[in-house]
Amino acid sequence: MSNWIPLWVHKLGSPPTFYRFAGIVMPWMMALALVTGALGLYGGLVLAPADYQQGDAYRIIFIHVPCAWMSMFVYAVMGMSSVIALVWRIKLAEVVAMESAPIGAAFTFITLVTGSLWGKPMWGTWWTWDARLTSELVLLFLYLGVIGLYHAFEDRRQGARAAAFLAIIGIINVPIVHFSVNWWNTLHQGSTVKLFGPSKIAWDMLWPLLTMTLATKFYYVASLFRRVRTDLLALEGGKDWVREIARSEDDR
Amino acid sequence: MSMHALQVFLAMGGYAAYVWPAYALFFIVLIADTLAPVLRRRRVLRELRARLARQSARQGRSNGTPTPTPTPTSP
Repeated sequence: MSNWIPLWVHKLGSPPTFYRFAGIVMPWMMALALVTGALGLYGGLVLAPADYQQGDAYRIIFIHVPCAWMSMFVYAVMGMSSVIALVWRIKLAEVVAMESAPIGAAFTFITLVTGSLWGKPMWGTWWTWDARLTSELVLLFLYLGVIGLYHAFEDRRQGARAAAFLAIIGIINVPIVHFSVNWWNTLHQGSTVKLFGPSKIAWDMLWPLLTMTLATKFYYVASLFRRVRTDLLALEGGKDWVREIARSEDDR
Repeated sequence: MSMHALQVFLAMGGYAAYVWPAYALFFIVLIADTLAPVLRRRRVLRELRARLARQSARQGRSNGTPTPTPTPTSP
């Protein structure tokens, strides 16, 4: 193994160590998600003023946009850990990639349905085959494809490698989702919040949006760690450290 | 918050039928995502305990010492 990687990285990659580490971090991440989520929703639903054009319907933005960002962010994490899983054959990377897929699919599903609920009063239609909407739907299908392929194999690790390969190919769709509003003429509006340069949104609306974005990030880490812990128990069922846990939780 | 203010808030400027279902879906999906691994963890550990019980029973038999057969935990 390369010398430049510190020892703790190798240690963290071992299932029992990561199981313990994730067990400590997970409740804190969940608590942070709940606190920032409550703050963001209060700011977005109560404090922020109504939009001058869209009235109160725009308030769907506070869940729609953070979930849309997460749908791409989770895919990026899944794609990167898939690369690590295929190149270095690290079991933890496989688990992270495969357990990210259902969370990403959940965020993508929320994005599509809340977008539909927002589109009906504003555009007059639940759905349109616009570049942004269609590429987001393709993203959902990619997540479902990864989940399906993973479970199609009898051998879990073989399934993870096949699904990781599909996940890597699907990365091409992430920039398409992001830039679709610039590349094509879409009904969907362009980006309002910009990383570089001033955003086209009032501060009263921007801070709840950013707080909700933070909340969904914390939630993702918490949910991922919870799922990875469970999956490690299932994968390492024959090992002593898992048997120890099974015995100690017998009273439940 | 007065009763009237609450009604105004819940009405969402006439868009209640769109805003509240969106928020409801957000919470339902994320709660389901949270519960799924919790339930799976219980099932995984329950199955593992059953397997360990079977193994120790088999070992007990091969050693010649009679052990009570483990009660099946899974339905």
